Amino acid sequence: MTCLPEITPGQKQLGLVIDLDTCVGCQACATNCKEWNASGHSGPLPDLKPYSAGAEGVWFNRVHSYEAGEGEAGRTVHFPRSCLHCETPDCVTVCPTGASYKRIEDGIVLIDHDICIGCGLCAWACPYGAREMDEDEGVMKKCTLCIDRIYNETIPEAQRQPACVLTCPTSARHFGDLGDPESKVSKLVAERGGQPLMPELGYKPVNSYLPPRNRSSAAAQPEEASPTPMDIKNPLLRWMDKVLTR
Amino acid sequence: MNPAPSIVFFTTASGAGYGLLFWLGLLRPLGLVAMSPMAALVALVLALVLITAGLLSSTLHLGNPKRAWRAVSQWRSSWLSREGVAAILTYIPALLLGLGLWVDAPALALIAGLLAAAGAFATVYCTGMIYASLKPIRQWHHPLVVPGYLALSAFSGAVLLAMLAAFSGSGAVPALLAILTGAAALLLKRAYWQAIDTAPPIATIESATTLGFIGKTRPLDPPHTEQNYLLREMGFRIARKHATKLRLIAQLGGFALPALLALLALLAGGTAAALALTLGAILALAGLLVERWLMFAEATHTVTLYYRGS
Repeated sequence: MTCLPEITPGQKQLGLVIDLDTCVGCQACATNCKEWNASGHSGPLPDLKPYSAGAEGVWFNRVHSYEAGEGEAGRTVHFPRSCLHCETPDCVTVCPTGASYKRIEDGIVLIDHDICIGCGLCAWACPYGAREMDEDEGVMKKCTLCIDRIYNETIPEAQRQPACVLTCPTSARHFGDLGDPESKVSKLVAERGGQPLMPELGYKPVNSYLPPRNRSSAAAQPEEASPTPMDIKNPLLRWMDKVLTR
Repeated sequence: MNPAPSIVFFTTASGAGYGLLFWLGLLRPLGLVAMSPMAALVALVLALVLITAGLLSSTLHLGNPKRAWRAVSQWRSSWLSREGVAAILTYIPALLLGLGLWVDAPALALIAGLLAAAGAFATVYCTGMIYASLKPIRQWHHPLVVPGYLALSAFSGAVLLAMLAAFSGSGAVPALLAILTGAAALLLKRAYWQAIDTAPPIATIESATTLGFIGKTRPLDPPHTEQNYLLREMGFRIARKHATKLRLIAQLGGFALPALLALLALLAGGTAAALALTLGAILALAGLLVERWLMFAEATHTVTLYYRGS
């Protein structure tokens, strides 16, 4: 059913918290996502012309890089983009078949590939570009928050997390219940001032992005900036400098 | 947005078919268009052929056309589903109208005609709402989009009915309607174009990335060097630079000339009227194909903010 479940405060809302301060843009999350999901719940994830020019395929996670700000205040920020498992996702309500749905029990937005007709309307309705068409099967595909890992009792408990979170070498990705204000991820969001993407569109994303931290003050000069004893050409003065700095 | 030929053809053909069905169902019972039952039957068949061809064409756009029947189940939330329901339900009074005309039962034709007109209106309204309800596409999520769909459908239907009525004798009322709806559609499209050209963006790269607090943001490295579904479907921008010319072609060829030809037909009457309205109908449908294509090509989706920053 494509009507949305009613969300009460404190209800379980599984999602990701992505730290834009520590993300190094290594693409490991995107690669491991593709690796796991190619054979998981949504598999296969097709690649068109994989070994020639024009190679492309279905990915649930895309890592962009941006420049923000000018001059010394400017930053390079790496930005992983995937499904935000919104509280009010239009991708679900526009679906004519009921293939697209939001789970009441944990808020994960999923697609039933057996009834999807591949009309593409959900991809149009998603402002974030989280859905990509599987043009081999003619059905839409999207991030499942690794539903086949997080509840998988056949793998060790520590590994019951999304593939992207497990693989991140800088721990820039965190997984948890963002509906519970006392959860580790909710506290992280509160502490670091996590932000939703495009809040003006009203989709209420569950995933949150932690902003890059402020840098240490611009006045602090690197050590190399001050003159070294070798900059003093006169040997007598150099000797005096050495004695006096002792 | 990518103007898929199947969808452009669907909105043009089905739109004209529903417009024709609407005017036929409404005007004939009211005695405003003097058509013999047989001539009305021909008009009904043309309407149903256009509608059905358009609906079949729209299923070509699906990744899984054999599952298309599932699309009528979610009418509680989905405008696409509602459109499917309305389209199927409209066949019932439309076929009953045909029966009423065939056996010459005026009472049945009257009631079925009015119901078919209501169904045609509802279906086109739903089609418009599919687009108007998509928030990430500001050119579609606009109050003039649904009136636009209704006006274009009413206009192309009126031109077609005027043409058919002219062949069977008198087409004064539908010709007059074609002029009025043509003028209305033209004004509406002009107002719409002006509105979307001057409206501010609904989101920015800064709000899309949360990085606005650092400063102006711009894309540095793309996530992939080749195309993907998102860029082909939502990032379409071929021929957007020709928008001004195409708008002019749609306005002149699609609206102004057919309305002018309808005026000529109104004044001339007879065979000349039939010929003028035939030319008018061809021009109107061709112009609408251009306009419908533009409707897609000019629409921008927020996902392009991530890729292009605008």
